[in-house]
Formats: sequence, structure tokens, C-alpha cells
Amino acid sequence: MNFRDQYAGKPEGLEAQVEMRESEALDAEFEQALRNFRSSVHAWSEAAYNRPRTAAKTVRQRSWRLAAGWALGCLLVAGSVSGGVFEHHHRQELARIAAARAAEQQKQVAAQRAREEEDLLAKVDSDVSRQVPSAMEPLAQLMAEDESK
Amino acid sequence: MTGATAEEIAGRELETATQEFASIVATHRPQIFRFLLASTRDTDLAETLTQECFLKAHRNWASFRGDSSAMTWLMRIAINLQKDHWRNRRMQFWRQTQTHAVDLDEASEWLPSGESSAEQKLLAQEQVKRVWQSVKGLSERQRTVFLLRYVEEQELSEIARATGLSEGTVKAHLSRAVGRVRAEVGGKR
Repeated sequence: MNFRDQYAGKPEGLEAQVEMRESEALDAEFEQALRNFRSSVHAWSEAAYNRPRTAAKTVRQRSWRLAAGWALGCLLVAGSVSGGVFEHHHRQELARIAAARAAEQQKQVAAQRAREEEDLLAKVDSDVSRQVPSAMEPLAQLMAEDESK
Repeated sequence: MTGATAEEIAGRELETATQEFASIVATHRPQIFRFLLASTRDTDLAETLTQECFLKAHRNWASFRGDSSAMTWLMRIAINLQKDHWRNRRMQFWRQTQTHAVDLDEASEWLPSGESSAEQKLLAQEQVKRVWQSVKGLSERQRTVFLLRYVEEQELSEIARATGLSEGTVKAHLSRAVGRVRAEVGGKR
């Protein structure tokens, strides 16, 4: 039963007393809570203060973690940089090969064209030489007749 | 002859100062550690900040004039170190993303063995947890003042000297802090 229940139905003048006693109870509880809190912090601090020290181990672990982090970071940076360089080099190489192929093809086409032109010229040459007699032939015949005489 | 004497005097003075400082460390180290542990809820961090505090105090030991007690002077260094730590942490949040502070349940587990029954123990643990919860929600200054008053049981004038605030400001911060803690502890009955 709390104070309010205890004084229920009593004259109004008691209201203030009830509130005061409730407030006192709250204060007592609050004081107790603060005392418990203080004792708890003291107990925890004492235990932590007297614990075996593991600071060196922790520092080493942290430094290992830091070193591993740095190493991983460096590896990633090196990987991405070398990947970029490789990609760039690879593209240049492909472009060079494509250019060489194109040049080779052009050369072949040019050679083919030259061969065809040469063949055509030779054909025209032979055709023309078969149709037109030698311009010196009549003179050669006359000379042959004179010698026989 | 005079030079040798001066050297001897200097040597003796240094030895005395070293002894004095060693005794200061032995006396006040647990208290500084406790305050930093309550402020950070991180054992390793509290340990590191305590060491830094005494290192700084050792460097400036010659400039300590004894205007306040050694404890107040050390507490002031500890408060500043803690402030710097949180400021740096805010600025360089990307350096360390996870906090090593223990959670409130773990912090509330610590109780002196005086509680008689299991029920009382549980009740006390619950109260301690509520206080931790409300302390966590306080501003940095309110928390510092609250911890100095209710954990370290310092006088208002000492708190004022350690924090560099006026006594009136300390009272105002303490009143707000107590109001919040009281609401948390009393409001959830």
C-alpha cells in the first residue's frame, strides 16, 4: 500500500503531507541509487585497476591490424595501377597489330593491282605487236634480193 | 668547490622532486583512473589517458605552484585530456569507427558484495543501470560535474577549480544533471 492509498478519504490538509512523504521516499530511493552507482563505479574501477596489464599485447594487435590494413591498401592501389597500365599497354599493342595488319593488307592490294596492270600491259603489248608488221621488213627483203643477185 | 655544491644541491632537489612526484602518482593514480573510466566506460582508453595525464603532469611538475591541491591540478589535466580525446575523435571519426566502451549492462554488473539477497542485488543493479543510462545522455560538462560530485565526492569549490568554471555554473550544471538522473531513476518505478 502506498502513501496515497493510506491517506485516501482523509481531509485535504493531509494531501501536502502525502506529497511530502512521497517526495521523501523518492529522495531516499534516489540517494540509494546514487550510492549504488558510486559503489558500482568504485568496484569496477578497482577491479580494472588491479587487472593484469595486457596493453602491450593490445598495442601489438592494433599495430598488426594497422600494418595489415596498410599492406592491403597498398596491394589494392598497386593492383589497380598495374591493372590500368597493363590495360593501356594491351590496348596500344592491339592498335599496333591492327595497324600492321591494315598496312599489310594495303600492301597486298597494291601489289595485286600492280600485277594486274602489268599483265594487262603485257597483253596489250603482245596484241599490238601481232597486228602491226615490222616497219623494216620490206627493206630487209630488198636487201636480201640484192645480195642474191 | 661552489660549482660542485650547486650541482649537489640541484641533484638533491631533483631527487626530492622525483620522490614527491612518485608519491603523488601512487596516491592519486587510482582516483584519476576511476574518473576517466566512469567518463569513458572504456578500460583501455582510461588507462591510456591516465598515463598521458601523469606524463603531462611530470613534464609540468616544476610549474605546479600549489595554488590548488595536487588532486585538483591532476583532475584538471585529466578533464582536458578527455575533452581533447573526444574532440579529436569527432574530427577523425574515420580513423576508428568502433568504440571500445562497454555497454550499460556490463557496466552495471559491478556491485560491492554487501547486498544481502539476490532480489536486493537485482534491484541495485537495475538502479545502477538507470543511472548509467541517464549519465550517458548528459552533456559532456554535465557528466563531468555529476561524476566529480557523486562518484568522486568532491566539493563544489574543488569541482569549480578542476573544471575552470565558476561555482555558480557548476551548481547550474549539477542541478540539470541531477534533475535528469532523478527523472530517469524515479520516473521508471
